Amino acid sequence: MQEFLQQLVGGLAIGGIFASLALALVLIYNAMGLVNFAQGEMAMLATFVAYALINRGMSYWIALPVTLVLAFGGGIVIQRVVIRPVEKAPILTLVIITLGLATLLNGLAGFIFGYVPRSFPSAFSAQTIDLLGVFISYRDLGVIGVSGLVLLAVYLLLQHTTVGLTLRAAAHHPEASRLLGVQVSWMLALGWGLAAAVGAVSGIMVAPILLLEPNMMQSIIIYAFAAAVLGGIESPIGAVVGGLIVGVTVNLAGAYLPFVGGDLQLAVGLAIIIVVLIIRPNGLFGRAAARRV
Amino acid sequence: MLQRIRRAPPRYWLVGVVVLFFIGFPTVISSFLASEWAQALILAIAIMGLNILVGYSGQLSLGHGAFMALGAYTSAILAHRFKMDLVATIPIAGLLTGMVGFVFGIPALRLSALYLALATFALAVVTPSLIKRPAELTGGVQGIILTQPDPPAFAQSAYGFLTGTAMTSDQWIYYICLFCALILLWFAWNLVRHRPGRAMRAIRDGEVAAAASGVNIAGYKTLAFGISAFYAGIAGALFALAAGFVSPDTFPVSLSIQLLVGAVVGGLASIPGPLLGAVFAYFLPIESSQWVPNQSWIPDQIASTVKNAGPAVTYGAILILIMIFAPNGIVGLLHRGYVALNRRLRGAADRETGQMPPNPQTV
Repeated sequence: MQEFLQQLVGGLAIGGIFASLALALVLIYNAMGLVNFAQGEMAMLATFVAYALINRGMSYWIALPVTLVLAFGGGIVIQRVVIRPVEKAPILTLVIITLGLATLLNGLAGFIFGYVPRSFPSAFSAQTIDLLGVFISYRDLGVIGVSGLVLLAVYLLLQHTTVGLTLRAAAHHPEASRLLGVQVSWMLALGWGLAAAVGAVSGIMVAPILLLEPNMMQSIIIYAFAAAVLGGIESPIGAVVGGLIVGVTVNLAGAYLPFVGGDLQLAVGLAIIIVVLIIRPNGLFGRAAARRV
Repeated sequence: MLQRIRRAPPRYWLVGVVVLFFIGFPTVISSFLASEWAQALILAIAIMGLNILVGYSGQLSLGHGAFMALGAYTSAILAHRFKMDLVATIPIAGLLTGMVGFVFGIPALRLSALYLALATFALAVVTPSLIKRPAELTGGVQGIILTQPDPPAFAQSAYGFLTGTAMTSDQWIYYICLFCALILLWFAWNLVRHRPGRAMRAIRDGEVAAAASGVNIAGYKTLAFGISAFYAGIAGALFALAAGFVSPDTFPVSLSIQLLVGAVVGGLASIPGPLLGAVFAYFLPIESSQWVPNQSWIPDQIASTVKNAGPAVTYGAILILIMIFAPNGIVGLLHRGYVALNRRLRGAADRETGQMPPNPQTV
């Protein structure tokens, strides 16, 4: 039982990381109906920026917000330069472009920082505390806390500020918003910036656990896909719940299913994606999409 | 007969010249280069399959590397465990992969293009670890080492008669790849010009309209998946033959990306496109990794990172640039140039043909 709870808490911690990245995917999906295949690589590059800043002697807690601001700016630049020229193109074109972006960013990171795995500092110690017989490390608690904070911040921004209202309006009814004086295209850019910043948090949280290298996010993005699909790809709440469920499922499957073990955990992510898409394509929180004919 | 040849349109002549070029090519280059061109032809076969799926039927698969892996391992296991002739396993691998693709296409019917891309991408990422698991069958991380076949006597003597040199095993494999590529090219060409091809394009351009016109949507979409996987399976089996080994790490995600790059660069929904795209996607990383270290003005340290990261950077940049500026790839650019030249030569009279210009953004 204690072992089970231990795995559960570990799953929640890693699930919080998946949730942040899934939330970033959902933000872009809501803004333009696109799954951003480059989200993981954007997060990875942001983590490298944080690494460079910390290496130059900046303290962790200053480097973190600076990185988020830089990631936000980077997201906007990417939307302006790469996505805007094909905004109205078919979805296949957009998907291929984000894939190209993922490959490009991966190569750039390798080009600038090399492929040697580096250890990334964590703000929280790896010491554990005894909580009702379950040992929880400060690092896991910190990851859960930071992920929760980010999700809360995004929720407040989207639901309780004018900017959030404008963002949602531009995504749902671009034509009507344009008539009301909303600069829809810039709102999309804002959405990309926001997604980049939220995704960066997941990269910074996961880097101390995995080692920092250009392919670090390759498996995380699969879990984030699974989380977003499970939660319903347009629902921010769904991304969070989906992330936690995927984290716990993957952890428990790795611990208790002998044929899964450590090396087939990624296949569990794939299985979740396929099962959800076949049984309930709208996910837990998504609405059935009405198709215009 | 003679009249038919004389009346053949110029592009048939072009096809003849290209085929002759590919047949004669290995007699003038080294055996090693022949094996590299065999790899490029294998890539071209896989890209042809991907092109049928993405370019003609409008379903995006990012997991064709997984189908190639299936074909390669089918061939390798049949040859290694069941002692079959490696060349004879090629059609079996193709048919098996095609059937798996057909079955895979059934759940894919329910998915939107976006979800399909997502699921196949996840499949491509997971493939290496899936292969490693049944280690007694697949050889685990080490993979399977195969013995490459020697050229048979008839090929030996024909080659010796024509060139006066002995045929190497690499050259024989090149000709096997060329033979498969030509047959599959001919098949794809016929497919897209006839009923199934028209149906696929109708589905791609407007599913509802196609259904209203009586096109069997589910049937043709799964058919496209099956045929596409068949091509990938053949390519995989040839890959095992040409490389002489299979291992999980020969089928990474980047292989699927490489296939997509080839399809996009050559030109989606075109028949010669995959060949051009494959040559480009195969030789770009090889040539760049040979060129860069030879430049003395580039410091060693930079040269080694360029060697590692260069292909990813160029692939990514080219995918983005092509999709933005030339969605129809090299073939689209050539066609545009040809049309412009024709107009210039024929004068103003032909300028208005009354045809609707093709929509460049239709992938």
